Amino acid sequence: MSAIARRRSLPGFGLTMGLTLMWLSLMILIPLAGLFVKTAELSLSEFWATVTAPRTLHALKISFGLAFAAACVNLVAGLLIVWALVRYSFPGRRIFDAIVDIPFALPTAVAGIALTTLFAQNGWLGAPLAELGIKVAFTPLGIFLAMVFIGIPFVVRTVQPVLIDLDAELEEAAESLGASRLQTIRRVILPSLTPAVMTGFALAFARAVGEYGSVIFIAGNLPNVSEIAPLLIVIRLAEFRYADATAIAVVMLLFSFLIILVLNRLQHWAQTRSLAGA
Amino acid sequence: MFRRIVPLLAGLMVATSAQAADVSLLNVSYDPTRELYSEFNKSFAAAYQKETGDTVTIKQSHGGSGSQARSVIDGLQADVVTLALAYDIDAIANKGLLTKDWQKRLPQNASPYTSTIVFLVRKGNPKGIKDWHDLIRPGISVITPNPKTSGGARWNYLAAWGYALKTEGSEDKARDFVGNIYKNVPVLDTGARGATMTFVQRGVGDVLLAWENEAFLAVKEFGKDRFEIVVPSISIRAEPPVALVDSVVDKKGTRAVAEAYLQYWYTKEGQEIAARNFYRPRDSEIANKHAFAKVELFTIDELFGGWTKAQTTHFTDGGVFDKIYKN
Repeated sequence: MSAIARRRSLPGFGLTMGLTLMWLSLMILIPLAGLFVKTAELSLSEFWATVTAPRTLHALKISFGLAFAAACVNLVAGLLIVWALVRYSFPGRRIFDAIVDIPFALPTAVAGIALTTLFAQNGWLGAPLAELGIKVAFTPLGIFLAMVFIGIPFVVRTVQPVLIDLDAELEEAAESLGASRLQTIRRVILPSLTPAVMTGFALAFARAVGEYGSVIFIAGNLPNVSEIAPLLIVIRLAEFRYADATAIAVVMLLFSFLIILVLNRLQHWAQTRSLAGA
Repeated sequence: MFRRIVPLLAGLMVATSAQAADVSLLNVSYDPTRELYSEFNKSFAAAYQKETGDTVTIKQSHGGSGSQARSVIDGLQADVVTLALAYDIDAIANKGLLTKDWQKRLPQNASPYTSTIVFLVRKGNPKGIKDWHDLIRPGISVITPNPKTSGGARWNYLAAWGYALKTEGSEDKARDFVGNIYKNVPVLDTGARGATMTFVQRGVGDVLLAWENEAFLAVKEFGKDRFEIVVPSISIRAEPPVALVDSVVDKKGTRAVAEAYLQYWYTKEGQEIAARNFYRPRDSEIANKHAFAKVELFTIDELFGGWTKAQTTHFTDGGVFDKIYKN
C-alpha cells in the first residue's frame, strides 16, 4: 500500500479511496453484513439443518446447476453473436447489436411473463414443442431458458470490446507465418479473448443463480422438482422465518463467491499465460 | 398585546383545522382488493367530508398479503391494514404495533365482507367438475397458488381440507384427500393473480380454485363464453379482516379518521360496495339483493380453531403441506 502511495503521480488518492470504501460499505458490505447478523440468530446445528434439508439442497442444485448450464450455453452463443457483430457487416447489424441489451433493460417479471406466454402449451413455440412431447413452461427446462435469456448480454458485452480491440494484424501475421485458419483461432484469437469470456461467463452465471422475476413465472415452482433457491428464500420469509431465509441466502452467497473467486483465479492465470505467449 | 395575540392565533389555528382539516390515510391491503378499495375510498371520503368537513385522502398499497404484513412490520406507516387473513395481522400484532385483541374491536371478527372458494372451469365444463371430489380424479389438472407464498391459496387449501373432514370424517382421510388434489397440481404460482393467469391465459388446467370475487372478475373480464363458475356443495367462509395500526395512528394523530374509515364498512353504503365488487356483505338484507350462490359454509374457527392453529399445523416449515410434497 505504502509503495503505491509513494509512487502515485496523481493527487486525490486519499479522497477517492475513502469515498470508495464508504460507498462500498454503505451499498454492499453493510447490507450483506446484515444477512450474516440475522443468520447468527440460528445455532450452528439449526443452521446446518436448514441448509442441508433435502428441499433446500434440491433448490440449490436447481439454481446452481441450471445457472451453470445456462452460462455455458451463453458462453458459446455469446461468442458466436460477438463474432458476427464485430467481424461482419450486414444489414441491420446496429439493430441486432441493440437487441442484445434488451434483457438488461426489461423488467425481469415482464421477461418471465413473455417467455411463459411463448412457451406455454398454447404458446407460439410451446404448442409445436408440446406436439413433439417437449414441455418447456413449468418445468426445469423453462427455468433454464429464462436463465439463458437474462444471461446472454453479459457474455456479449464483456467480449465485444476485446474482440474489437484485437489487432487484425495479429491474425495476418499468424497467417503469413503459415498458420491455418483454425490454428489462428485456437492459438491467437481465443487466448486473447479467454479472460473476457470468463468474466462474461461468471457474470451470466452469478446473475442466473440469483434470478427471481423472470424465472418464477415459467418455473412451475413445484417443491423438489422445479423450485429455485431464491423462491425458497421468499417462502421462508413468507413464513416469517427470517433467519432461515438468510441462512439459505448466506449459503448461496458463499457458494457464488467461491465460484467467482475460482473463475477470477482462472482468468488471471489465462491472462498471464496469454501475455507470456504473446 | 403579545400575550393576547398568541392564544388568539393558536385558537384561530385550532378553529381552522377543525373546520377543514386535510388528513391522509395509508391503507395497506392485498392484491385483489384494488377495485374494491378505490370505490370504497371515494365513497368514504365523500361521506366523511359531509359529516365533518374534513378532506380525507386515502393512499392504497397492494401486494401479496404476507409481504404487505412484513412491510408494515418493517416500518411501512400504514394507518389501516386490510389483509387476506387474520394470521397476517396477528403477525403485525405480535410485534406490538397493534393490540392483540384487534379482532374484537369491530363486529364479525373485524371482517366486514367475506368471500368463499369456488371453482372456475372452462365453458361447458368439459371434465364435468361438480364438487371437491372431482378434483382428485386422475387426469384432472387443478390450478391453485402456493399456500406458502399466497394467503388466498391457504383459503383454497383449508376449504378442500374442511370439505374432506366433513365428508370423510377423519384427519387422516382429509390429509390423503388434500394430498391427492395437490398431486393434480402442475404449477404452483406464487400469487392468486398469477394462478388466474396460468389458467385463463396459458390454457393450463381444467379447474382453477379461486375466491368467489376473483372468479366473478375473471368471468366478467374474459367472457362468459370462455369460463363458468362451479360452486361446490361445501366451502369455507373466507374472512379477510381489517384493523387499524395503533402505533401509527397514535403517532400521526389519525385514530378518529381511521376508526371512521373501518366503521364505514358496516354501513349500508359500505356493504353495498362490497356486494357490487362480488364480496359477500355481512348485511343479510343487502346480501339477498345480490344473487350469491347458496353453499354450506364453515369458518376457520369452527374447523381449525383459528388462524394461528391452522397456520402451525398446516403451513409452517415441516407442517402438513410440506409433508404432502415430501413423497
